[in-house]
Amino acid sequence: MSNFIVSPSPHISSPINTRKIMLDVLIALVPALIASIIFFGVRAFIVTIVCALSCVIFEYLARRLMKRNNTISDLSAVVTGVLLAFNLPVTIPLWIAVLGSFFAIVVVKQLFGGIGQNFANPAITGRIFLFVSFAVHMTTWVKPFYYTNKVDMVSSATPLVNMDGVSTLDLFLGNVGGCLGETSALALIIGGIYLVIKKVISPIIPLTYISTVFILTLVLGENPLNQIFAGGLMLGAIFMATDYSTSPSTNKGKFIFAIGCGLITVAIRLFGNYPEGVSFAILFMNVVCPLIDRATATKPFGLVKNKGGK
Amino acid sequence: MGIYFFKKIQKGAHVPHMKNTEDMSFVRLDKFSEIKIPMRQHMGSVCKPLVKIGDYVKLGQKIGDSESNFSAPIHASCSGTVKKIDNIKTVSGEMIQTVIIENDEKYEISEEVKIPQINNKEDFIKAIRESGIVGLGGAGFPTHVKLDYKGNSKIEKLVVNCAECEPYITSDYRECIEDTDNILYGIECVKKYLGISKVYFGIESNKPKAIKLLKTLTKDDDNFNVITLKSLYPQGAEKTIIYATTGIVVESGKLPADCGVLVMNVSTLGFIGNYIKTGMPLVERKITVDGDAINKPNNLIVPIGAPINEILDYCECKNDLVKKVLMGGPMMGISVADITTPVIKNNNAILAFTEKMCKKEEVSSCIKCGKCISVCPMNLMPAGLEKAYDKKDFEKLNDLAINLCINCGCCSYICPANRPLAQKNQLAKTLLRNKNK
Repeated sequence: MSNFIVSPSPHISSPINTRKIMLDVLIALVPALIASIIFFGVRAFIVTIVCALSCVIFEYLARRLMKRNNTISDLSAVVTGVLLAFNLPVTIPLWIAVLGSFFAIVVVKQLFGGIGQNFANPAITGRIFLFVSFAVHMTTWVKPFYYTNKVDMVSSATPLVNMDGVSTLDLFLGNVGGCLGETSALALIIGGIYLVIKKVISPIIPLTYISTVFILTLVLGENPLNQIFAGGLMLGAIFMATDYSTSPSTNKGKFIFAIGCGLITVAIRLFGNYPEGVSFAILFMNVVCPLIDRATATKPFGLVKNKGGK
Repeated sequence: MGIYFFKKIQKGAHVPHMKNTEDMSFVRLDKFSEIKIPMRQHMGSVCKPLVKIGDYVKLGQKIGDSESNFSAPIHASCSGTVKKIDNIKTVSGEMIQTVIIENDEKYEISEEVKIPQINNKEDFIKAIRESGIVGLGGAGFPTHVKLDYKGNSKIEKLVVNCAECEPYITSDYRECIEDTDNILYGIECVKKYLGISKVYFGIESNKPKAIKLLKTLTKDDDNFNVITLKSLYPQGAEKTIIYATTGIVVESGKLPADCGVLVMNVSTLGFIGNYIKTGMPLVERKITVDGDAINKPNNLIVPIGAPINEILDYCECKNDLVKKVLMGGPMMGISVADITTPVIKNNNAILAFTEKMCKKEEVSSCIKCGKCISVCPMNLMPAGLEKAYDKKDFEKLNDLAINLCINCGCCSYICPANRPLAQKNQLAKTLLRNKNK
């Protein structure tokens, strides 16, 4: 008999790892990708590929430059790329998409230490960066199926600017103008259910976030169904607000975080200058997240604190 | 929304069950030419050998004892001649004085083995000490010390731990099925002498046969409750099983006895029942032998002191492929460096694994997924503890209640980044202990 391995317990580990989690997120994003290709044509696919690819390349280069180990195999850069693409209009010039990827991966993620260390969601921050830098490009929406009609490439406003005459069914299916990945609530919900079943995300954040928006808009006299299906709410609530590193880790924390996201989203949508508030809401709550984490630390089972100081 | 988090939910990890040996009855194995009996097999003081080289010892004869009360005597597990008394390295890595007996395989019973005369609680505790019994569930805490704790007058409830939440191990389950009479008799004795009224059996739901059997046998007595636990590791941990069966939360710094509960492992009770009937001290152990390097997994009864390698050979271990041998389960067991070391009292399983099961996955950055928090049965925050340990931040470690960690290993098991969370918790506890010295 040969030498034996001696190691501390536990001696077995679960089959899940970071790469499998990220792969599940990518699988969950496929329905939305398919929907975006149906509504906005092949260019949606091209934008997604460009973002994903440039995110991976930037991550590789950044890690090389900072003399850190290579992390592209954990697929988190691909997820960031796809999510960023989903936050862009299909007409976006590709160089802007690449610039957004650079900002998301290098500035937001790697400069803070890479996966798990970033304080804000890279894709959300990338979108906001592009939104404030290239406002025109970022708000040029086209109607769905514009690619079938070459003459009439009319831009349309996002339904959030003017909700009159928009059918709830169209919003639910995604047959409206908007960013390429966020229009189809149906496809995003399918992905969300997959993630919950695979236990990648807890349903607390999406459910709480969406219900907060629903209830608030109902109280404030808006059409709540239109409000939850329109804009980036589904994409944000299911895929962006649930980002592990930038959301609280306890259930109580997640609940508070999601309520905060919902309140800010509604406030910006109804009272702010911008038609859409999801990305700002999530970014703001990302920043508050460490405080929430501190306030909602778990109470150890049966712990009794010593009274009268340490 | 309240259901999310306001109810105290039992947490734990869904580990694979792997109870391959659940239908295998115990087989007695006694063909060992040499028996090595370490003078410490439990928590507490080391025993002094009572025999000399050349002495002829018989089965059940006391060969080691200590003057300290916090210890348990040690008995010969075979008959034969004492060949050597030597220091050998035990599983824990310590050098322990060991009596090595050349086994004549007659298993002649010693005259010392007598049915104990028990009239009152003192007799009972004394008999328990003499039997050499320690907690057979794993920790090896001397049973008589636990039964003689001064706060025991408050005890109203006895929790019989049959959870057996570790993967692979089925020895407690087989004990439940095959030795039910002794278990019930053991419980009767403990109840009688400690004045306990209520008995709770805690069994994981993956053992339906044992649950049914115990329910049928105790259905006429309202004081017996058979409680089916979710199959969730670590249901068998003391505080966890107390909460799951009785709803009592044992607060930090308190013993279960202070909260009116006594937890005993089912095999310990089975042994006590048998001992009071026959007087045979703890000389053999029921163990599960399994793992992917074992061709013939089995449940065995082996003498204490039997060398592990011979047991593995009996179960047709793939000798050229085996890479890791464990004493105990895969979640909390100890890996054995030298497989000629003997089986000891608190050994409930021997597992042998091939390379496939020992793959070390690459450790990557914490992604803050919170899975460690969601599985921790003590509701701690393992990722935070790891950070605090890395920074040697003592205050933070205390704040996060590192001392409540029961080292069940759920956090390391679940971590997608394969971070050694449970291992670092152990280091952190040692660090704090040394600092406070």
